[in-house]
Amino acid sequence: MSRIAVQEDRCKGCMLCSTVCPVQIIVQSERFNQSGYKVAEVPAEDMEKCTGCTSCALICPDLAIRVYRTPKKKKGDE
Amino acid sequence: MSEMNEKLVFDRPKAVIDRPTHYCPGCHHGVAHRLVGELLEELGVFEDTILVSSIGCSVFLYNYLNVDAVEAPHGRAPAVATGVKAARKDNFVFAYQGDGDLASIGMAEILHAANRGEKISVVFVNNTVYGMTGGQMAPTTLIGQRTTTCPSGRCLEHEGAPIRMTEIIAGLGGTAFAARGSLDNVKNIRQAKKYMRKAFECQTQNKGFGFVELLSACPTNWKMTPVQANERIQTEMIPYFPLGVYKDTDEGGAC
Amino acid sequence: MSKTVRIFVKGNEAVSRGALAAKCRCFFGYPITPQNEIPEFMSSEMPKAGGEFVQAESEVAAANMLLGAGACGVRAMTSSSSPGVSLKQEAISYMAGSEIPAVIVNMNRGGPGLGDIGPAQGDYYQSTRGGGHGDYRLLVLAPSTGQEAYDMTIQAFDLAFKYRNPVMVLGDAILGQMKEPITPWIPENIESEGGEDWRLDGANGREKRLIKSLFLEEGALAGQNQKLQAKYDAMKEMADAELFDTEDAELVVCAYGSIGRIAKSAVRKLRKEGKKVGLFRPKTLYPFPEKPLLKLAKEGKRFLTVEHNLGQMVDDVRLAIRTVADSDFFPIYPGNLPTPDDFEEPILKSLEGK
Ligand SMILES: Cc1ncc(C[n+]2csc(CCOP(=O)(O)OP(=O)(O)O)c2C)c(N)n1
Ligand code: SF4
Ligand code: SF4
Ligand code: SF4
Ligand SMILES: [Mg+2]
Repeated sequence: MSRIAVQEDRCKGCMLCSTVCPVQIIVQSERFNQSGYKVAEVPAEDMEKCTGCTSCALICPDLAIRVYRTPKKKKGDE
Repeated sequence: MSEMNEKLVFDRPKAVIDRPTHYCPGCHHGVAHRLVGELLEELGVFEDTILVSSIGCSVFLYNYLNVDAVEAPHGRAPAVATGVKAARKDNFVFAYQGDGDLASIGMAEILHAANRGEKISVVFVNNTVYGMTGGQMAPTTLIGQRTTTCPSGRCLEHEGAPIRMTEIIAGLGGTAFAARGSLDNVKNIRQAKKYMRKAFECQTQNKGFGFVELLSACPTNWKMTPVQANERIQTEMIPYFPLGVYKDTDEGGAC
Repeated sequence: MSKTVRIFVKGNEAVSRGALAAKCRCFFGYPITPQNEIPEFMSSEMPKAGGEFVQAESEVAAANMLLGAGACGVRAMTSSSSPGVSLKQEAISYMAGSEIPAVIVNMNRGGPGLGDIGPAQGDYYQSTRGGGHGDYRLLVLAPSTGQEAYDMTIQAFDLAFKYRNPVMVLGDAILGQMKEPITPWIPENIESEGGEDWRLDGANGREKRLIKSLFLEEGALAGQNQKLQAKYDAMKEMADAELFDTEDAELVVCAYGSIGRIAKSAVRKLRKEGKKVGLFRPKTLYPFPEKPLLKLAKEGKRFLTVEHNLGQMVDDVRLAIRTVADSDFFPIYPGNLPTPDDFEEPILKSLEGK
């Protein structure tokens, strides 16, 4: 129910984010950004594993990660 | 359905300007900047802040923080901050310095500002090298560490031992809070922010001089990948520069 | 200008009182003879005026504190003597580069090195050529009496803010230590702070401000230097000098500060003996009062420069008159105390063209 968005033009491909992700879903993509860095990404199929813990964003030196969380629906909401 | 309830739980603090930085990949100055920005906002002092930037890779901090700023000569930021605070008692005044800047050329200024108990805050980024000038030996360079001016490794006999600044600052009368944190993992980053908050509060609560050392990586001059450099903090730096609170006048002493 | 009663004080106290009258509200000092009365006076009087006194750990730190206070637009000052002023040069260069107004007082003592604690003028070059690294100028005021020390310190603050530039008040051990009567006065309509449009006070409801001397972008440093040069050119309008008995003089003695004052006594005495001599005493050393000096040269007068050093201001005298005349030079060596009698012989020699 959570996800991250990597602002690719800010990412420097340092991959510090990948070292702190508890579910190990952040990888280096094959894409280069304008500054020539291979940016970090979470493959689409893995995104659902994201816990929204914000660890990746906390260690990112370039403020390239935004974290979104969707509150779990309580029983009986529907 | 769920997307509609989605909440942004981590975003850039308003005090940090939305622009790319000049730092190398994996440089911890960026993390330290973000923590500073978050705290200025959280403590409600952001619009009253005057930053004193120092000479080193972080001189351009003034381009990244949305606050008034003055550039100090190499090592003199604590003296400049003393002058700023003398002129502007009601503003929040902080200096941000590297290890070459603070622990070498600026040793006199930092010690005396702390000892006078200036109501200023100092963020000290220790990356064990002179980053900006190309990785020369710093007063904090570890024994055996190779730099461009100690190519076969720092030698205790010739160059002396790396200086532990937080311990020294903690021993001075005017210091209200002194702690050493690290920026290498999530737990340490969270803890470092708590230390920084306390150091900043020494000023907002008029208690005295607040000091935080942040162990940081300089992958470029350590000639390591960012991930390796990050690991070096755990394996080499923390054993020599132990983390923790060294003085907290609230708690009645050191840890 | 409300005049008050006369008081009998040392030049150092005159400077201190002038600074307080000018609403200086931050002072940063460090002990060194012969200027100690300034930080001593300030330590007790500045807090009474609601300002801040800090005894710094060094002159390096004191000057950098000045930089910080000046960046906030607050009227601030530091004082020292020669060896200490050398240490202040780092911050003075940064203040010039980042256009921070501030007042620096130098009670010049004998050098080089530790020298002595007596009077000298060995810091003329350092004061008028910038003194630190890079190409910049300070406004330099050279009082020769206690009253001028008071007046010029007040003027120094106004000029610092007018030009957004550091200003130096250059005295010597004679000026600092000699007691004489002065008439203090309180200037009207001045504020302890200026620079509404650039000073740092927190980006509350306005754009953030930055005061710096680093200019790395293409063309930026050249632009800054060009801007500074235009400012230094503009300063030339306030060049000032005292002309004493120069009208019919055949020989004009050029001297500044305490030496200017002693030279004046010698000129007065020789006048009584019928000698056609006069005095040209620059009150501003930078900008140097070239125009009135050149005018005298064009009138066909000859010149003798007397300084308490090995010959520094004489360069500026010669530059000013170079198209029509030259100047003789007579040095008083730092370490020697000058008296009016010492001046008579060289003045007479030059007068006779020997
Ligand atoms: C008086 C003076 N000496 C030397 C320099 C050159 N210099 C610029 S930055 C720097 C060292 C910076 O190292 P540090 O404080 O550790 O900061 P870092 O770049 O590592 O963050 C030096 C020596 C200078 N600018 N001024
Ligand atoms: S928020 Fe947590 S779980 Fe999600 S990608 Fe980042 S580190 Fe991994
Ligand atoms: S930590 Fe930030 S800059 Fe580094 S790879 Fe991850 S997103 Fe990119
Ligand atoms: S040289 Fe080192 S300190 Fe400087 S930006 Fe690069 S990694 Fe950071
Ligand atoms: Mg460093």
